[in-house]
Amino acid sequence: MFHAFDNPGPNRETGRADWMALLARAPLPLLEQALQPHQVGRRTEWLRRPETGLYMVQGRAGGTGERFNLGEVTVTRCALRSVAPDAEPSPVGVAYVMGRQHRQAELAALADALLQQSAHRETLEQTLLQPVRQHLALQTSRRQAQVQSTKVDFFTVAREAGGGDNEEDEA
Amino acid sequence: MKQEDLQKVVPGFDEPVTGSQAVFRRALQALSMPGRAVDVPAVAQRPVMGRGAAALLLLALLDSDCTLWLSASLRESDAQAWLRFHTGCRCVDDPAQARFLWLAAGDAWPSLSAMNTGSDEYPDQSATCVMEVASLQGGPAWQMSGPGIDGSGSLCTDGLPADFDAQWLANHAAFPRGVDVFLATGTQLLGLPRSTRLLRNDTVEA
Repeated sequence: MFHAFDNPGPNRETGRADWMALLARAPLPLLEQALQPHQVGRRTEWLRRPETGLYMVQGRAGGTGERFNLGEVTVTRCALRSVAPDAEPSPVGVAYVMGRQHRQAELAALADALLQQSAHRETLEQTLLQPVRQHLALQTSRRQAQVQSTKVDFFTVAREAGGGDNEEDEA
Repeated sequence: MKQEDLQKVVPGFDEPVTGSQAVFRRALQALSMPGRAVDVPAVAQRPVMGRGAAALLLLALLDSDCTLWLSASLRESDAQAWLRFHTGCRCVDDPAQARFLWLAAGDAWPSLSAMNTGSDEYPDQSATCVMEVASLQGGPAWQMSGPGIDGSGSLCTDGLPADFDAQWLANHAAFPRGVDVFLATGTQLLGLPRSTRLLRNDTVEA
């Protein structure tokens, strides 16, 4: 899941789609901590207040089959501008976050708005995006370790040619 | 929606629930008492293009099942992006396909007969047309009668097309089919449901 986003590769800049995918999965405490200094003195202008709804998730068997409806997932979305007292308002920040946490969607949208401004990008890359990547990598490796303990290796013994069939014929 | 369009979008209703209810109530009032101008409260921020009352009415009425046709000056404006962002409506190129039409002053307007008038079985599926006019006080006078009007009423408005009386006559004659019209200024709405009879005053005297 999200392989292309999580492994940016060398010399590839984090694009908007990349950081939105990261922010959508960022845990709330991490967001709160990293964005706290950026909220001082700033006001939020809501285009769309956080609202929770359902999205139908579709899948393809093996990634290539016909599309089928996998199930519904709860998503909270919002859109906002961050307004500083004596500066141009920020670009519109948008967030779609799984779950029902309005605060998480709000902070993810704020981070998206700030990341679109070059003045904030460098800092946030260090204080927010990098920790989120680490968190997700840790989560993945933990899960892999957990699943690893139940791993079963299947193997098949090659049949000896002709053996079984002959016995049946004789019986 | 394109990235640049989103950057132009301004907020919608300050309080989505009470705001849209307040505007909806005014729309009901306008249609139930045709010819009476109704003040629309300023409960939302509005785009630069288009008149305020028209924008608020459409913001309250539209949803993602609606099709919308916009006249030329609105089509590429922030009003279009604003409505699409907040309501999820779909914009169409053909006026006959639209359930709602927003006609800005100064643009070329399609005639009422070119709009969707519904069918005899489903007259409720006809279009609702919002026309921007310069004023609801001055201008040529019309005499009106019909349901919701005690005896006869009068309407003074500026900015309707020259052949509007003929268009309206045909629209009224097609009852139960027909288009319902709202006239909108910056702050006021006036309803003209298809059941209303309209006559230009100079034709009455002649």
